Amino acid sequence: MEQPLTSNIDSKRGPLDLQGYEKAGGYAAARKVLTQMTPGEVTELVKKADLKGRGGAGFSAGLKWSFVPMGDDAPHPKYLVCNADEMEPGTFKDRVLMEGDPHQLIEAMIIVAYAIQAEVGFIFLRWAYKVSERRLRLAIQEARAAGYLGENIHDSGFSFDLNIHSSAGRYMCGEETGLLNALEGRRATPRAKPPFPQISGLWGKPTIVQNVETLCNVPHIINHGAEWFQGLGKTDESGTKLYGVSGRVKRPGCWELPMGTTIRELIEEHAGGMQDGHAFRGVLPGGASTDFLVEQHLDVPMDYGSIQKAGSRMGTGTMIVLDDQHCPVAMSVNLQVFFARESCGWCTPCRDGLPWIVQLLQSIEDGEGKASDLELLSMHTKYLGPGHTFCALAPGAMEPLQSALKYFKSDFERHVTEKKCPWN
Amino acid sequence: MLSDKQRREVLDELEHYPTKQAACIEALKIVQKHDRWVSDEAIQEVADLIGMSAAELDSVATFFNLIFRRPVGRHVILLCDSASCWLMGCNKIRAQLVDRLGIDYGQTTDDNRFTLLPMACLGTCDRAPAMMIDEQLHQDLTAESLDKILKATE
Repeated sequence: MEQPLTSNIDSKRGPLDLQGYEKAGGYAAARKVLTQMTPGEVTELVKKADLKGRGGAGFSAGLKWSFVPMGDDAPHPKYLVCNADEMEPGTFKDRVLMEGDPHQLIEAMIIVAYAIQAEVGFIFLRWAYKVSERRLRLAIQEARAAGYLGENIHDSGFSFDLNIHSSAGRYMCGEETGLLNALEGRRATPRAKPPFPQISGLWGKPTIVQNVETLCNVPHIINHGAEWFQGLGKTDESGTKLYGVSGRVKRPGCWELPMGTTIRELIEEHAGGMQDGHAFRGVLPGGASTDFLVEQHLDVPMDYGSIQKAGSRMGTGTMIVLDDQHCPVAMSVNLQVFFARESCGWCTPCRDGLPWIVQLLQSIEDGEGKASDLELLSMHTKYLGPGHTFCALAPGAMEPLQSALKYFKSDFERHVTEKKCPWN
Repeated sequence: MLSDKQRREVLDELEHYPTKQAACIEALKIVQKHDRWVSDEAIQEVADLIGMSAAELDSVATFFNLIFRRPVGRHVILLCDSASCWLMGCNKIRAQLVDRLGIDYGQTTDDNRFTLLPMACLGTCDRAPAMMIDEQLHQDLTAESLDKILKATE
């Protein structure tokens, strides 16, 4: 089984230094791109490979780059921003890539910067990732000293430099335009789209924002081609995926596996099944902002299309498993408290709706809920849903709630009729 | 008052960005690194240095979880309370912290040793429950390991 993204990663030792990375074939893709390919060819190849964004939205990476203005008339400088603000609850995959193989991310950013002809790059890094920050800073120094970053990289005529911006923490910074505001030194509120960042992003200049894992795929696509990449998946979707499982399973973890590995394989084989005394109830397949799936969905392949057909989202591909020893209403409280706390307050449905939802859910959990509260909650999932807000935070928050109301309806009702939480 | 060292570090940061405002979060972090929190006076001084209004800088400062606008203790405990840590028992860890330290979220011990805050997912869900004390991550927390960690953090 091929594991291109993690083949250099060995948790028993530190990450490869520049020399080790080069010895393992590293920076060959960057050299090839800079000397033998045009920017357009890089974008076309990645488009053909059908690399979808691994940060949550699943948008075609190559297609996104193709929207960036190119040629002599294009505004400059252009920017490439790596979204390394991994804050989706349940998600711990980008950390693995940055701590384990920092040069892979740097090489990827050189290639993508070349494809869109960006002069400046930022890694927007989560403040909590101190080890990632140390290792990335060291790797950037090494890459700069070896001429992979800076002016006229390896005599190609192309210049690109890379900086790390260590954030001060807020979930909203993971939202593409919120992140750009944070980088500019503003509150991380979302921006209206259009214009899209590809046209007018950081300081009004063309900007591509891409997740760590998405970027890390690029050198391998350059080295092995689009068809190879398409062939890595088990289903008709391309590549490998870093999947994670957390919750009451025997061996929580993160693994690089073929795209389309099923939920059952992930939970039962890779995570070793449920802990003794805990039975499976449901799963948030792609982090906190994705719809619950339940027993009947265990054999669904974890790819973008299949998960969507099952009524949820691939999200980050790192799942949180709910077991029978935990109350689904209490878990819903936990999730909505998170979203309410992290809401930036920019638009009304999110700012006012989420605290109201927390209040309703908490009163149900405390045994003080009324039957009409369930209808009220269900109404909220519509009003905070897609089309009513600037960004995806509130609609994302509604995904686990609407599906909890659907799949755990009787649990909600028992709280109301028995006037207490059956788990307490 | 910003020290000369703080002022120099802030001015160094300005070099890395095309606008001064972009360095404002970094500047607040520099203030905090030395003073542990950001006072009204510091907001005014950084604002002057960067050319922002104090009100705008304060609106940025209060937006971010890790910029403290009130004094904190010598160590800040950031306990992850997101879904995976909740499933793995972070509420018990919180109860133990409340019991041992006599403070809850948002409070500081009388001896100024600890401030306790809830924190969104720390990205280590396979080793939950987790917390950070200052810049150090602690994973797989148990009642025993928590007591040891607290004892070792003077």
